[in-house]
Amino acid sequence: MGSLNIENVKKAFGPVEVLKGINLEVTDGEFVVFVGPSGCGKSTLLRVIAGLEDSTSGRVVIDGADVSATPPAKRGIAMVFQTYALYPHLTVKNNMGLGLKQAGTPAAEIDRRIGIASSMLSLEPYLARRPAELSGGQRQRVAIGRAVVREPKLFLFDEPLSNLDAALRVNTRLEIAQLHRRLKATMIYVTHDQVEAMTLADKIVVLNAGKIEQIGGPMELYNSPANEFVAGFIGSPKMNFVDGARLGETAKTIGVRPEHLTVDAKSGAWMGTVVHAEHLGADTNLYLDCEKAGLITVRIFGVYNAEPGATLYATPDPARTYRFGADGKVLK
Amino acid sequence: MSTATHSLPRTIGAHVVLLTYTVIALFPVIIVIMNSFKSRAAIFGAPLAPPTPNTFDLIGYTTVIGQGDFIHYFQNSLVVTVASLFFVLLFGAMAAFALSEYRFRGNSLMGLYLALGIMIPIRLATVAILQLMVMSGLVNTLTALILVYTAQGLPLAVFILSEFMKQVSDDLKNAGRIDGLSEYTIFFRLVLPLVRPSMATVAVFTMIPIWNDLWFPLILAPSEETKTVTLGAQLFLGQFVTNWNAILAALSLAIMPVLILYVIFSRQLIRGITSGAVK
Ligand SMILES: Nc1ncnc2c1ncn2[C@@H]1O[C@H](COP(=O)(O)OP(=O)(O)O)[C@@H](O)[C@H]1O
Ligand SMILES: [Mg+2]
Repeated sequence: MGSLNIENVKKAFGPVEVLKGINLEVTDGEFVVFVGPSGCGKSTLLRVIAGLEDSTSGRVVIDGADVSATPPAKRGIAMVFQTYALYPHLTVKNNMGLGLKQAGTPAAEIDRRIGIASSMLSLEPYLARRPAELSGGQRQRVAIGRAVVREPKLFLFDEPLSNLDAALRVNTRLEIAQLHRRLKATMIYVTHDQVEAMTLADKIVVLNAGKIEQIGGPMELYNSPANEFVAGFIGSPKMNFVDGARLGETAKTIGVRPEHLTVDAKSGAWMGTVVHAEHLGADTNLYLDCEKAGLITVRIFGVYNAEPGATLYATPDPARTYRFGADGKVLK
Repeated sequence: MSTATHSLPRTIGAHVVLLTYTVIALFPVIIVIMNSFKSRAAIFGAPLAPPTPNTFDLIGYTTVIGQGDFIHYFQNSLVVTVASLFFVLLFGAMAAFALSEYRFRGNSLMGLYLALGIMIPIRLATVAILQLMVMSGLVNTLTALILVYTAQGLPLAVFILSEFMKQVSDDLKNAGRIDGLSEYTIFFRLVLPLVRPSMATVAVFTMIPIWNDLWFPLILAPSEETKTVTLGAQLFLGQFVTNWNAILAALSLAIMPVLILYVIFSRQLIRGITSGAVK
């Protein structure tokens, strides 16, 4: 009902190759998140799937049918944009109904679907308003509603939360997760925020510079990153990377997550001075300048009192230490 | 008013500069309008004095109206200006949309070619244009003027509008495409309303030179049937005797329509700006 296959898709803008051969399989009902740093080609890939951009080569297959030559409106997709992109001259109701009207859906059916979507997203009081009369969060819900009423095979979200403030972002994230559970539709979601990726995804696709670095479930990426890039991108605060030679290791780089380090005032593997301490209540982030390992971050659960300038010893958990080769790949 | 950026001396200074400029800019217009209501002797006797009951005379206006055809000249001017304006805005906006929205081979060359007209005055081509109009049998028609003015106005229109169209959100256009709107609907219903303020600016820039032009009406359409107001007013400029009353009256009347169009467009301009601010 909503599967997607991307086969060796490449996209170049003039001489610049933005997508360098993407292969991906999405099964029906999956929630897939594309994550990667800004400018890595996530939006471009999403636009190729939507048909808003032609790929230079490769195939996009939705539900078994090659849609490479199908216009966006006929692909059975719906898209939610970062800037909401509501039609400023139409009311909320007409914003949601326009796509169906263009497709020649009977008015009664349009009304029925708008009714369902607007109650799902608590938009009923605003149906007669124009986008200019709504708050940012309401506008984004209208944009989501506009996607829902189309009953698409595939939902595409392009950074839908990045224009919202922090509190609203968490709420809307929750709403999208519930929406996915209710509709059981296939959703593809683009973000540069690894927290959004971890919290929403069934499957995360990590992109970097137009290439897929790794595909996997959130825990799979956290526990067994394939390379240095994924290890550094997933998890917050970021994984510590230490030059292997300084530690007398054969690996090029040693990686250890801040939460997999323990500290002690008396003894430990790496001696260092406290540079700064961040007290977040539930946990404490310590920045240590170590003799052997350089500047590292340590995450301690709960409250830990450490003054800047104090000497502490950090010890990595050997079972949770990653070793990377010269090519950045994990060494087994 | 008493905020840090609005100190009293500064406010006064700014107002003095602006008022001086306003007086200088309006001075000739006011002289023209004032003198159009005076008798011939009073125009020459005291050109800077406003009309008094003694010197008040409507002879200029009665001459102009009495000349019967003047209404017709007005009509011609209006038809030419409005039609040219319509085509400049329509084709200018369409070309600007194509240039800013679609990637195709030669896009930037095409943009440069279309903008070249800003730098080359169309009057340089007068002889060729006249030959063209003679051959196509368009001499002494309003169509000839409309065609020439459309060509004259397009370069600046394309140049300004394509800059503004680039700023229209891609997401909005893409949302329209996903909802199955045609490119024409996207252009007319989504993009045009958003660039309305810039359209109004272009309209004002385009309209005034067309309304005031004497050159092309004189060369391409000097017949009685197709005379425009500026050309018609020449009627009162004799080699030996000039009917100043009539000329001043005709000029005063000629200001009106263009003023009305200007007010309409500047309303649009302001409405466009405020609607953008609320969005
Ligand atoms: N229309 C375009 N023309 C030229 N370059 C583009 C175009 N769209 C995107 N790019 C380039 O492609 C790269 C990827 O862009 P994008 O897919 O938007 O990244 P992101 O991952 O941040 O969404 C960027 O370097 C961007 O400059
Ligand atoms: Mg993007």
